[in-house]
This record gives sequence, structure tokens and C-alpha cells, in this order.
Amino acid sequence: MPTHKILRKVLREKAFYFFSSIGNYIGENAASLEEFVGKIREVNPKSLEFHLYRGDFEKWVDEVLGDAGLAEKIKELRNQKLIGENLQGQLYQTILKRYNELKTGFT
Amino acid sequence: MKIKKRRIALDDLDWKILYALQENARQTYSETGRLLNVAHSTIYERIKKMEKHGVIKKYTTVVDLEKIGIKYLTAVMTIITDPKESENVAEKLSEFDEVLEVYTSLSEELLIIAKVVAKDQGKLHSLIAQSVAPLPGVLRIRTSIITKKHKEGLWVGPNFNAPKEKGDKQIAVER
Repeated sequence: MPTHKILRKVLREKAFYFFSSIGNYIGENAASLEEFVGKIREVNPKSLEFHLYRGDFEKWVDEVLGDAGLAEKIKELRNQKLIGENLQGQLYQTILKRYNELKTGFT
Repeated sequence: MKIKKRRIALDDLDWKILYALQENARQTYSETGRLLNVAHSTIYERIKKMEKHGVIKKYTTVVDLEKIGIKYLTAVMTIITDPKESENVAEKLSEFDEVLEVYTSLSEELLIIAKVVAKDQGKLHSLIAQSVAPLPGVLRIRTSIITKKHKEGLWVGPNFNAPKEKGDKQIAVER
């Protein structure tokens, strides 16, 4: 997938919606990789645990943004069984690093 | 022809007929008559009158999905919305097959409450994440999965129209 496509803003129905558990939407969403990085740092780590261990993040990053490489890195984090703020920090750094790589390569 | 605009006054017998029909809408006029000690012709006339005035809206079938091997779960969604968008959200929700009932409520915030069914928790979550959360104006959603049903059903029970005082036997129903 070309870099500019990965960095694009998607339609609201394709955005990532953050939940704390089944059916409980916390009111935060991200429609681009840039917004996604920001939300990862902001939302409650419980929401991140919920989505990471369902495989939601890697699915969205792969299928909607089209970044299979980042999806794979997120999957690796899942296998490390991280939780709480540790998970939040690692996830944030992983996605931020990829975002900066893409942004630098694109501009 | 139906007359839906006019108010009609129901008496004790009308209410008893309504209650009997809600228990079993397939019973014959004679069966209802025997149950209520009234001639079947009277029952016929009363039912026709209530149908004509739209008091009886329809006769329906309640399906027990579990009996035909369909497993499902029921949940209640409480959706906090932007007041400007709440009507649109309620309308959109009403279009989903999985959503059975939709209500608007004003407490501290404007809420939409909806009863929803799904085959399993995964399907329920997908519906909410992919179709409900993205609706413009949806701010937050709280979902409770129902674990046990204690009562479901008839809204006109035998005591619903019980007179408060002597002589207070009738109530006018707005249609």
C-alpha cells in the first residue's frame, strides 16, 4: 500500500471506535494513523487491552489502513501478554515509530 | 374502514375482552363469550368496534426462536447522543433488523434506549462497533446483555384499568 494511502483519513464508518468491553463505546475514535497514535496515548489502558487481545488493532491497521507491517508488529505485542500502562507505552511507541517513518518517507 | 382519530370509551367488558385476547388472540368469539359469561354476538360486536377504532391494532405471532434451535442473546443499549442528532440516530437504529425496540429518554443527558438481539457476543459487538458507534451524533454507548428474563409481555393486565374509586369505571383511550 502506498504511504500516502496509509496516512489518509478514512470515512467515519471505517474509523476505529474504542470500546471498554463488548458493546461499551467510550466515545473516542480515530479516522487516520495520526489520530490513532494520539488516541492510543489518551484512552484508558483497559480499552487497549480489550482491543489488543481481540485482535482489533491489527485487523483495522491491516484491513482499513493497509499497513500489514504495522499490523504484524502489533500482533507481536499481543503475544507478549502486556497489560496496563506497560501495554499503553509499548503500543504507543510502536505505532508512533511507524507513523514517523511513514511521515518522513512521505514528506 | 378504520376510525382512528376519535376517542372511544371502553367499559369493563371491553377491557376484559382485550385482556383475554392478549392471552390468546386465536380464541373464538364463543370461547371468549364462555370465559366472560357473555353472548358470543356481544363479543363479536365489541371486538369489531375496537378493531374499527384502532384500539386493537393487530394480531401477531410470538415466535420462540429457541424451540427451532436458534440461539441468540438480547441486550439493551443505552446511547448518549448529541441532542441535535438524536432523532436521526433513533431513525437509523430503527432500520436495523437486529434492533427490536427504540426509545428516547431525557434524564441528565439525552438517551436513546434500544433492545437488540444478536446470535452471539461477537455479532453484537460487530453490530455496535460497525453500525451504531459510527452514526453521526453518537457520543457514548453502554450495553447490558440480558442474562435472565423475568417477565415479558402484555401491557394491559386485569388491574391496569382498575377503578380508583366507585363509579370510576371507564377510561377514554386517545387514538
